[in-house]
Amino acid sequence: MIVSNATDKTVKKLLINGQSHDVVIRSADLLLDTLRSQLGLTGAKPGCGNGDCGACAVVVDGKPMHSCLSLTIEAVGKSITTIEGLQDSPIQKAFIENWAIQCGYCTPGFIMNCYALSETYPDADDETIEEWMQSNLCRCTGYQEIKEAVKTILQIKKDQRPAQ
Amino acid sequence: MKYYGTTVGKSEQRVDVVGKATGKVKYVGDYHVPGLLHAKLVTSTEAHAWIKSIDTTKAWEVPGVRAIVLGDAFPYHIGPILADRPPLAFKKVRYYGEPIAIIVADSEHQGKLAASLVEVEYEPLPVVNSVKQAFGPDAPIIHEDLGNYTKIISNVYPVPGTNIGSHIKIRKGDFATAWAACEETISATYSFNLSDHAAMETRSTSVEINPDGKVVVHSCTQSPYTIKKVLNQFFNIEVGDVVVHVPVVGGAFGGKGTVQLEPLAYLASKAVGGKMVKLQYEREEDMITAPCHIGVDMTIKLGATKEGEILAGQYTFLIDAGAYTDQAAGITRAMALDCTGPYHIPHVWCDSYCMYTNHPFATSFRGYGHPELTFGIERTMDKFAKQLKIDPVVLRLKNAIKPGHTSPTQSILTAHNIGDAAKCIERAKELIEWDQNKETLVDENIVRSKGISLFWKTSTTATNAQAGVVLTFEADGTLNLNCAAIELGQGTKTVLAQIVAEKLQMNINDIHVNMEVNTQYDPHQWRTVASSTTFLAGRAALLAAEDAIRQLKKTAAIALQCSEEDLEVGGSRVYIKSNPQHAIPFKDVSYGYKFPNGHAVGGQVVGVGTYIQKHLTPMDKETGFGDVGPWWSVGAQAIEVEWNKRDCTYKMLRAVTVLDGGTILNPRAAEQQMRGGMFLGLSWASTESFVFDESAITQNPNFRNYQMIRFGEQPTEYLVDFVETPAADGPYGARGIGEYGVIGAAAALGNSLSRAADVELDHLPLIPELIWQTKKESGR
Repeated sequence: MIVSNATDKTVKKLLINGQSHDVVIRSADLLLDTLRSQLGLTGAKPGCGNGDCGACAVVVDGKPMHSCLSLTIEAVGKSITTIEGLQDSPIQKAFIENWAIQCGYCTPGFIMNCYALSETYPDADDETIEEWMQSNLCRCTGYQEIKEAVKTILQIKKDQRPAQ
Repeated sequence: MKYYGTTVGKSEQRVDVVGKATGKVKYVGDYHVPGLLHAKLVTSTEAHAWIKSIDTTKAWEVPGVRAIVLGDAFPYHIGPILADRPPLAFKKVRYYGEPIAIIVADSEHQGKLAASLVEVEYEPLPVVNSVKQAFGPDAPIIHEDLGNYTKIISNVYPVPGTNIGSHIKIRKGDFATAWAACEETISATYSFNLSDHAAMETRSTSVEINPDGKVVVHSCTQSPYTIKKVLNQFFNIEVGDVVVHVPVVGGAFGGKGTVQLEPLAYLASKAVGGKMVKLQYEREEDMITAPCHIGVDMTIKLGATKEGEILAGQYTFLIDAGAYTDQAAGITRAMALDCTGPYHIPHVWCDSYCMYTNHPFATSFRGYGHPELTFGIERTMDKFAKQLKIDPVVLRLKNAIKPGHTSPTQSILTAHNIGDAAKCIERAKELIEWDQNKETLVDENIVRSKGISLFWKTSTTATNAQAGVVLTFEADGTLNLNCAAIELGQGTKTVLAQIVAEKLQMNINDIHVNMEVNTQYDPHQWRTVASSTTFLAGRAALLAAEDAIRQLKKTAAIALQCSEEDLEVGGSRVYIKSNPQHAIPFKDVSYGYKFPNGHAVGGQVVGVGTYIQKHLTPMDKETGFGDVGPWWSVGAQAIEVEWNKRDCTYKMLRAVTVLDGGTILNPRAAEQQMRGGMFLGLSWASTESFVFDESAITQNPNFRNYQMIRFGEQPTEYLVDFVETPAADGPYGARGIGEYGVIGAAAALGNSLSRAADVELDHLPLIPELIWQTKKESGR
């Protein structure tokens, strides 16, 4: 069995939600664990540790990433946005107003993925929405309200753009 | 005059939603404390074997390892119904994934490394890989000591020398005579394997033992008081010395109702001198080491007149409990006591067996045996309708249960304790447009088809199940709502706030709901299971509000110089009924009333209410006779699918639920529950199952291989409606609804696909391969 023997720790800077933070990491540390246990950013959740559920999603340089599959060291020099960096956003409002939240455990991952989608593909059609959102699992809602929330956001984005 | 806070029946937004949308709400795994130790489990790689030796030498060499706990640290059995399970296996393992040893280490990765270095030598035994095999005459025996296990509740009947963990019987009427007189009969068998709850939050706990003897537990449980009970019953700790904290829970679906993790974390903490130890399951462990969802093999026989009046029913359930009975023993009872489904059948014979196999052990799953039962009942009703040449809805309506009938356990059903099954199915019919084209050809390959199901469920709580609510007033006249109901996504605490606001006629925003539970200051609540919270805690909330009103009036009467009888509350004021302008705000009496001269009377208003089940009994061992639940909720579900003849794939179009939930306290939240329930039921029915190899090793304990419905695969539309026959006992006429959206979903899907593919689909999950295989075997 191959097991990482990298036990030495180094101090690195991470740019998170627009602020620089020093973290002490091993080479094998996962971004998810660093965010949660060193920085108290517990919005990103462990769900499967395998990239299958999306509960740990954060946005790295504009792209949604599974922080359970990212090494902390890989995030150095990149811009990380977590749910804590999205206060009072229209997406959060849309999730609330569409009743897209029950137990709330998958919510930060869904919101971060949805945020990246709306920034990347503000014109996303149903197929694109589905492709993006399939990376996240929700066990409570049955997805209808989440779908409505995502569509609300894309509509808001559309309405905000100047008419051409 | 209209006051503020007429809130029951309104879609009040959930009280916890902002914290959840912003990621600020804390689940148990989100708490990090410096010095916290981490526990990691060594789990069995065999499904049935003697443990010959355990070598921990190499594991001890890993830096940071503080303790290694083996089964001999606690060689006793625990369990909620039958004490048959050692928390850590000793001498023998009975399922793949069973805990064998606990490593306690400074960090998680050290613990994991050490766990991988523990060497266990096994002597493999023949495995029991299905309930049929377990029930057969030559099956290997999984529990040699079955006769010596302690019964924790009365209604459990193990059969020593077999793999039967419990046998529950229903004998109502004269089945044999009635059966012989039936002009038409049908017999059918259904089966499916175990599966999982797959709540997004894996189970997690931390335990510390303080020098003064207090055991402090943090857990994502549905049953904090059961943790206290288990640590008392089996570990001899005084109940008062155990304090359990529960924050909001990240989904449970019944899987967090039983106690598995906490005894392990307790043993781990004990091994390191009581320091705080955290044990959080990884997904793989959460799926197979922790308890999962039952499998079933059932045979249903119905007998009727030519006209379709059902006279007799015989039901044989073999429930795959896996290696230990846990709540599967209770589910064995629950399936028996509601075995007929919502139909009036005068002569009933039911044998419900809780079977040991070498599969991961099972516990409660949303619906407590009823989604599983309903699949069998409602598939049989469809087949019987076909045989009798009657429309499936007509056959159901002809036999639907009504006030005046009795349940299988001979409880008398009244207008107050049973909802309106016929109304539910009529409304579901309208929503799915049942009378127009039950089956349509969209093109040469695509068939559109509909299926319907009727269901019921009572709330099988302990006969003394109870809940309490404490309302503490603030100086500004607002109040705190404290209750040990667990918020696990169902919105229970929002509904309790509505009940209190309604009774006090105040604004719901002036009620601060305490989301966390602390067993040391919250009043006792049995558990947050069995769709019982709105009923039990709801009644307690009403009583607490009434208690608060009495106190408010008493102090206000002094301040307003009148008698208490002249007073009423509303709009956060106490006012004189005949002259509402003459009033005193809550804030001037909530901490007592202070006269201008400084003298004071009253004191803080603290409203207290508790409520306990009444007139429930255990079941008679030989006949099942007994009053098992306070009410039945009934409902109907339907689904339309689009099935592709070429590859047997299908899409779900419209999914319908109509439930008689009594008064619906919060319509949006109730709809959410029904949609989520349908989704869970349809996901289970269409894709979910554990796969075992010939050695009973689970092949798919992860989200990559364990298929669930993902975004976009859900029905195109969920249609939800309610019939609101008030429950006389419920708060404002409400019944429990939490589990109900799941119950008929699998049956409706099975019925629609059987119609589309023109074969009888009697197994789950309903994957395209199963449909193809069934068609091939039936030569169609």
